[in-house]
Amino acid sequence: MRTRRWLAIAALLAGYFFVTNEQEAYAMHIMEGFLPAKWALFWWGLFLPFFLVGLRRLVRTLKEHPEQKLLMALAGAFTFVLSALKIPSVTGSSSHPTGIGFGAALFGPWVMVVIGTMVLLFQALLLAHGGLTTLGANALSMAVVGPLVAFTVYQLHRRRFVSQRMALFLAACLSDLATYVTTSVQLALAFPAPEGGVLASFLKFAGIFAITQVPLAVTEGILTVMVWNWLASYQASPLFQREKGA
Amino acid sequence: MKKNRWLFAFVLVLILLPLWWARGSEFGGTDDQAERAIQTLAPHYRPWFESIFTPPGGEVETLLFSLQAALGAGVIGYVIGLYKGRSERKNGHDSRV
Repeated sequence: MRTRRWLAIAALLAGYFFVTNEQEAYAMHIMEGFLPAKWALFWWGLFLPFFLVGLRRLVRTLKEHPEQKLLMALAGAFTFVLSALKIPSVTGSSSHPTGIGFGAALFGPWVMVVIGTMVLLFQALLLAHGGLTTLGANALSMAVVGPLVAFTVYQLHRRRFVSQRMALFLAACLSDLATYVTTSVQLALAFPAPEGGVLASFLKFAGIFAITQVPLAVTEGILTVMVWNWLASYQASPLFQREKGA
Repeated sequence: MKKNRWLFAFVLVLILLPLWWARGSEFGGTDDQAERAIQTLAPHYRPWFESIFTPPGGEVETLLFSLQAALGAGVIGYVIGLYKGRSERKNGHDSRV
């Protein structure tokens, strides 16, 4: 059964490689200064409440379950590594995965809001990758929308629609894609096309870079399942035992 | 972890295939292309804020990126190794497990 599922995924992927051709792709994180001030403020305003709630949840989780500190460090490190990997894609450009889905599946969405934001802040400050003015927008797409999507998708497993590993794969994969779709919405709103407006602009951004991101999202899904497999084989935490008992 | 071996092979294919599929490309970052796209959509737009710190040159940028990956990978290795050790110690008392 499981082999057949992976074969189906491989077949889908092969089909995907055949329909794509070289195109330009857009946007990892929105560059510093590349959102007009009013939009930068708008996304900051939308993002901050999520961050504050996330921070409170994180502190509370650590207080109630100090033994989860290790796993949380692992989730953070995973995001840290994956967002440093600029992986070539079939479109002839590179982009990177987000690594958000793993932690969101383990801890729920809120912890990853904080962790994701810290990674983005690091990249904005030291690598000139993304930016401070655009941090609100970037954090909303990667550290808010990403974890929320991952967590929601992961619940499929609780409802017994798919196996746990499949749910994890889909959660990581789709949260990665959702992040980049959100980015293109943000760019489209700030830069509507002269003809066709926001929608045309969105289709341009999303249509093109979604294609770049698809193989990277699949890569992220697989890497996430791999780390999960390691942890599960060592029964690494109470979290896993709980999952087993459920 | 035989399953992981297959998964890893698949990841390798996913990463290497583009190098062959889109050979001749530069595989530049998508953010540079976003910059260009914005300039075609809004030719008069000027970025209104500069990065506080920009890595001086590509080499330093590469250094910082690899530092990011190395630190993260170190933590991942440490945590997984720790869990492995713990589970081995626990199972060591009962060799049948």
